[in-house]
Amino acid sequence: MPKTLLVVGTRKGAFLLESDADRRSWSLRGPYCEGWPVYHAVHDAVTGTIYAAAASEWHGSAVWRSNDLGETWTLSSEGIAYDESSGRKVSKVSSLAARNGRVLVGVEAPGIFESKDGGETFSLLSTLAGEPGSEAWDDPANQPPGHLGISALMLDEDDDSRFWAIVQGVGVFETTDDGTSWTPRNRGLRADWPRPHEEVGFCVHRLVRADDTRMYQQNHVGMHRSDDLGHTWTEITEGLPTEFGFAAAAHPHDRDTFYVVPLDPGHGRTMPDGQATVWQTKDAGSSWRPLRKGLPQQDAHLGVLRAAMAIDNYDTPGLYFGTSTGQLFASNDEGESWNEIASYLPPISSVEVAVLD
Amino acid sequence: MADLHLPGTLTPLFPGLPRRVEVEAATVDDAISELERQWPGLRDRLCEPGPALRMHIHVYVDRERATLATPLEGRSRVDVIAAISGG
Repeated sequence: MPKTLLVVGTRKGAFLLESDADRRSWSLRGPYCEGWPVYHAVHDAVTGTIYAAAASEWHGSAVWRSNDLGETWTLSSEGIAYDESSGRKVSKVSSLAARNGRVLVGVEAPGIFESKDGGETFSLLSTLAGEPGSEAWDDPANQPPGHLGISALMLDEDDDSRFWAIVQGVGVFETTDDGTSWTPRNRGLRADWPRPHEEVGFCVHRLVRADDTRMYQQNHVGMHRSDDLGHTWTEITEGLPTEFGFAAAAHPHDRDTFYVVPLDPGHGRTMPDGQATVWQTKDAGSSWRPLRKGLPQQDAHLGVLRAAMAIDNYDTPGLYFGTSTGQLFASNDEGESWNEIASYLPPISSVEVAVLD
Repeated sequence: MADLHLPGTLTPLFPGLPRRVEVEAATVDDAISELERQWPGLRDRLCEPGPALRMHIHVYVDRERATLATPLEGRSRVDVIAAISGG
């Protein structure tokens, strides 16, 4: 019987939750990674290795890994450093993508490091040097507090040389030659602020892929859909309570179904009216409906960060999201009903799900 | 031999690393190099490119605040401290 594994990154280490295919009862293990702040933790579906991007205030940034589903862990930062002559520093490792022992690591100041040996050693793959906007992101004085640099990396299912990177506050970039060259993929996105370059200056929070041609994204100002793999974007915000949010998930079997968690856009960045709600479209963004059954509907001022929502690939997919106050919610019926499966975790930065045979 | 006292946040990262280690070293930098030789990767946990000690890693040699260049004597006591911070 398949096992369902949740890999959760928090401000005080990584946690693992396990269930069977029914996804009703969960067991929790952790914290791992010695309680280091974990920005993103992922599972390599081919090798089974779990990776966690972590940055300790004392001991710097590193990528932790476990080859035995969390029983033992080790860490490495060998090669995760810019050349001293560049004047750039790695302040944190913030995003991961892993497949078959190849690990891509997004860092701040913005850059991507690569491991080809399962996370033992790393080398610089790209800084997206020369791309529009890079003159600003290369200047540390321009980075706001908490800047993540490369806030997300998304692999192509079939082509190892193709992937997408989000530069926080700048936009999406695509490479089709393994990071040698890049193309901004932000046409049609909205931005309510001045931008020095036509192609960039967009605050993309979360990018997800639905199928061969369709992508969705949660932006600082609105939800957007692309039907040409990110070449052009159309806003689909209408019908949602706010245009702001971080997390998003695309249904694995239905390209028209997409989930977001709208938040108040001010400093609070919590769910509107204290009602925990996931919003779903089943028609590619033409209309939206709230999913609330089982979620707290009073005094629930919850925030969900950009990597803290995931969806599995069962025939009836399960949805999961973690909050910045440590609650973890799960649905085993495509979001129709929810259960709180952990209540007192540290602030949750990322949630990923894997189905293990 | 200098007498190194290491922080409790460091030892769990490296199997077999004790809280107290004796090393033959002429400077703090040399002492860290000796630790790196025995526990690969350890330098990166204490130092950043430059090289320099990480911002929140403090080193004291015989109770005086030290840098990587600070010389060690035969019986120097070296305290490596993870700064009291965080929440």
